[in-house]
Amino acid sequence: MSNLTIRPIIGMETHVQLATRTKMFCGCPVEFGAEPNSRVCPVCLGLPGALPVINRRAVDLAIRMGLALNCRIATFSKWDRKSYYYPDLPKNYQISQYDLPIAAEGHFELPPRDAGEPRRVRIRRAHLEEDAGKNLHEGLDHTRVDLNRAGTPLLEIVTEPDLASADEAFAFASELQRLAVWLGVSEGVMQKGQMRFEPNVNVAITFGGVEYRTPIAEIKNLNSFRAIRNAIAYEIDRQVGEWRRDHDYTLEKCGKLNLGWDDDRGVTEFQRSKEEAHDYRYFPDPDLVPVTISAEQIDAIRSEIGELPLARQERLRMQLALTDVDAATLTADRATSDLLAAAIAVGGDPKTLCKQFISFWSAQANARSTTIAGLGVSAPRLAELANLTRDGTISATAAATVAQKMLDVPAAPREIAAAAGLLQVRDEAATREWVEQAVAANPQAVRDAKENPRKRQAAAGFLRGQVMKISGGKANPKLVGELIERRLAEP
Amino acid sequence: MPAPIDEATVRHIAHLARLKLSDDEVHRYTQQLVAILEYVQQLNRLNVDGVEPTAHALPIVNVLRPDEPREPLGAEKALANAPQKAAGFFALPKVLDQEGA
Amino acid sequence: MTDEQSARQIAQDVAARKRSAESVVANALDRLHAADNAYQLLVALDADGTLARARDVDRRIAAGQRIGPLAGVPVAIKDNICTSFLPTTCASRILDGFRPPYDAHVVEKLRAAGAVIVAKTNLDEFAMGSSTENSALRPTRNPWDPQRVPGGSSGGSAVAVAARAVPIALGSDTGGSIRQPASLCGVCGLKPTYGRVSRYGLVAFASSLDQVGPFATDVHDLALVLSVIAGHDARDSTAVDEPLPDYAAELDRPPGKLRIGRVREHFAEGLDPPVAAAVDAAFETFRSLGAEIVDLSLPHAPYAVACYYLICTAEASSNLARYDGVHYGYRTPRPADYVDVYAASRAEGFGPEVKRRIMLGTFALSSGYHDAYYLRALRVRTLIKNDFLGAFRSCDLILGPTTPTAAFRLGEKTEDPLAMYLADIYTVSANLAGIPALSIPCGFTPDGLPIGMQLAGPLFAEARLLQAAAAYQSRTTWHTRAPASNRS
Repeated sequence: MSNLTIRPIIGMETHVQLATRTKMFCGCPVEFGAEPNSRVCPVCLGLPGALPVINRRAVDLAIRMGLALNCRIATFSKWDRKSYYYPDLPKNYQISQYDLPIAAEGHFELPPRDAGEPRRVRIRRAHLEEDAGKNLHEGLDHTRVDLNRAGTPLLEIVTEPDLASADEAFAFASELQRLAVWLGVSEGVMQKGQMRFEPNVNVAITFGGVEYRTPIAEIKNLNSFRAIRNAIAYEIDRQVGEWRRDHDYTLEKCGKLNLGWDDDRGVTEFQRSKEEAHDYRYFPDPDLVPVTISAEQIDAIRSEIGELPLARQERLRMQLALTDVDAATLTADRATSDLLAAAIAVGGDPKTLCKQFISFWSAQANARSTTIAGLGVSAPRLAELANLTRDGTISATAAATVAQKMLDVPAAPREIAAAAGLLQVRDEAATREWVEQAVAANPQAVRDAKENPRKRQAAAGFLRGQVMKISGGKANPKLVGELIERRLAEP
Repeated sequence: MPAPIDEATVRHIAHLARLKLSDDEVHRYTQQLVAILEYVQQLNRLNVDGVEPTAHALPIVNVLRPDEPREPLGAEKALANAPQKAAGFFALPKVLDQEGA
Repeated sequence: MTDEQSARQIAQDVAARKRSAESVVANALDRLHAADNAYQLLVALDADGTLARARDVDRRIAAGQRIGPLAGVPVAIKDNICTSFLPTTCASRILDGFRPPYDAHVVEKLRAAGAVIVAKTNLDEFAMGSSTENSALRPTRNPWDPQRVPGGSSGGSAVAVAARAVPIALGSDTGGSIRQPASLCGVCGLKPTYGRVSRYGLVAFASSLDQVGPFATDVHDLALVLSVIAGHDARDSTAVDEPLPDYAAELDRPPGKLRIGRVREHFAEGLDPPVAAAVDAAFETFRSLGAEIVDLSLPHAPYAVACYYLICTAEASSNLARYDGVHYGYRTPRPADYVDVYAASRAEGFGPEVKRRIMLGTFALSSGYHDAYYLRALRVRTLIKNDFLGAFRSCDLILGPTTPTAAFRLGEKTEDPLAMYLADIYTVSANLAGIPALSIPCGFTPDGLPIGMQLAGPLFAEARLLQAAAAYQSRTTWHTRAPASNRS
């Protein structure tokens, strides 16, 4: 089969949990890991008579993400009920947006690879909806339901099938996560399910001049980047393998499928055919009124967005002659990237700052499970430490030690370095000048040292102290001692 | 306009609505729904081309609330009316399909 | 009702400590017991708790606290309005014993105004019906003739007022569920403009149509209650922030020269001659009050029932999806599996009319039928709404019959759902258009059954409606008549 070519066709649906304090339609706090069923109220429990009210912040965040994805923002957007019965969905309908999503028709550029062009992924739509609760079945003979998550605001982002490989899907997912976190749209913590991915995968196979399309498989609920890559790669191989058997494994004959991903075994598993898909019976939610969005509102939100991570990464790479990897590390999160810019702005040496961010500051942040910005060190202190290192005032090794102490002590880096004896002032001319001043100001001590062997040591010690005082602590004590000995040896 | 309803459709609708109907009920509801649907077919006499649908009684928009937390009910009150509970959860016989009924 | 039993007189007396809230409420409880024995109007009543709440009101007054305009007034509440202190069941098996953890907005408002909620009243299950025969408990009877229905779905509340057990009661109106029983029981009932009263805590039947409203024996008490329960509520996105008049004070102002619309379609076939005659007489009364009668047409009125039953059932099929035996309410005792928890609990928990409407609404929204049924009905709704917009350019109010006939017999229409739906033929349009409408007594049939007339006005024109109705009641005495066994 030498004339067989395969072309994966992949689209992605992403659920992004928005970084609001409260739920989409009620004031219950959004809180991961709370006591089961404790963060609920009549609205998110779906009690009789309770009514939803839209969270303004969720709408603003959705618009922000939509703009960053170059979407058209709807001037008129409405809410629809999507009906299906499931225990984690207390009303047995989900409030979502059907035909008038808040954002549509955008695109997202992935960074170029191997010196190629940036790759553009078209965004079909992004709509707001409420999350369901959680069903627990594992290890039980019954099902338990926790509704704390029910009603959490989600933005569902749907791409066109523009991704061409498992690696590209991986890149898309991780870039989308960085963007969402960068914009403050989501905390984006994968382990908490704040970003969940559902790739649609099939393969166009050209063989003997005929193109075949394998069934479209939707892989449900992936919540790690690694799982996205592995599941898609597995699924491409599986579909091609199935097709090879008799060339009958096609979309026309087999329709669409829902699959789950078993991470332990590394395989996708059949859930059920989409042919028996739900009849969701969408209709406008009469309890909620539409949202209109003005051009002024869009402009105001656009103005908050600023430079996007990929653009800043590229700018840093160019301006500071960084590697791709280093530039990406320095733009992993916005607050850290902004902190770097602020440290440069107050006069910190850019190259040294970058080096220190990538090396010990990153290490400190990782050790404390936070970002560099999360360490809470101010831009001027970061800049000072960088400049001390660049000037040779302290060594690169000493800088790491000073950095560690800076997290506990509010003092200036130089003082910390001085207190720790890490300063390295070895300027002979300056030191000699300070020695001359001390000698001139203390003729008696000089005489004692020169003429009275019994007082020599004490007098020399006194002079060393005077020099340190005059230098403001900057003089290197060892050098001062040497120069005083030399000066006293003169006639 | 699609033809009014038959028993097969009534069974399908009953499944969508999660109503377990007896054969007798299916039969009776089919007859009644046929009569009602014949009555509502009078709407077909009206020309509604270009008429906007009215989903809300009033043309109001943009009712939003600030993102400010309110005191939740708490687990005890949340579970007070539950027909079955276990360890602070709502409970029911085991759900076998894991994605949506 | 003598004036001393009106809500406004009770409130005045209780606030002035001429009567205690406790004594008023104790008296109301006695009357409710008697009325319930005769007409089966109650779902829940807690005498001890109610008397304790009445004593609270007395204590607040004794402590010199400012008390609202309903001090000590006993109020009966339709059992689809949530109360944390009494069960809320919607007269459905599926909510048997359900105790909401919160109070409806209107309940908070009434209590803040000093009212004492004395009982939960019977209704057609989930407010679906026009006779109160669809209650899972038992049907309620009409005090004018216990062999006849009180109307519905707010039958229990209408009877509580008609039997003079309480001066005021709350109902809900989705397609006439306040006005139709008010008409059949010879009392006054108001459906406010959609959005005038918060629906927070009203158990939803059809969310785009539902409104809470009052029953009373006269228009003054209607106005008093409306002033208390109306207004903005941040918990209901559709409860608008419109200026709120003092409706009771507005009644003292004459309505001015009114143009009253007479709708040709209202006097077509199906209207019982005694009803037509009573309404015609009311037009004459208004003419004598200086009103101008304007002949007009609402060309899409004949389509209103079809349009209404598609929209209300579609919304209901979704609103009632939450009753599933998982999180609260009735669960089938021995479910075969988890799907059975849903399907069997719902099949056993809902009565036949509710199931019928869920089926119709599910059908109207389902794939392949949505556009032809549900969406078409929404477009017809626009036409009906536009009819009213046009009509109110040439008149201030529309007057007509509330129902085509006076009260019908128990069981007369239970086997024919469509015949029952047509009892709402004059009332559903106001819900589709969102406009306010009220029903007040305007005569009696030769058999001695009350006849009601409906006044409808433009959006938020409740003050004008009430003024016109008060003017009519200043010239007539129909509203002062009580059923024989309940005259006081």
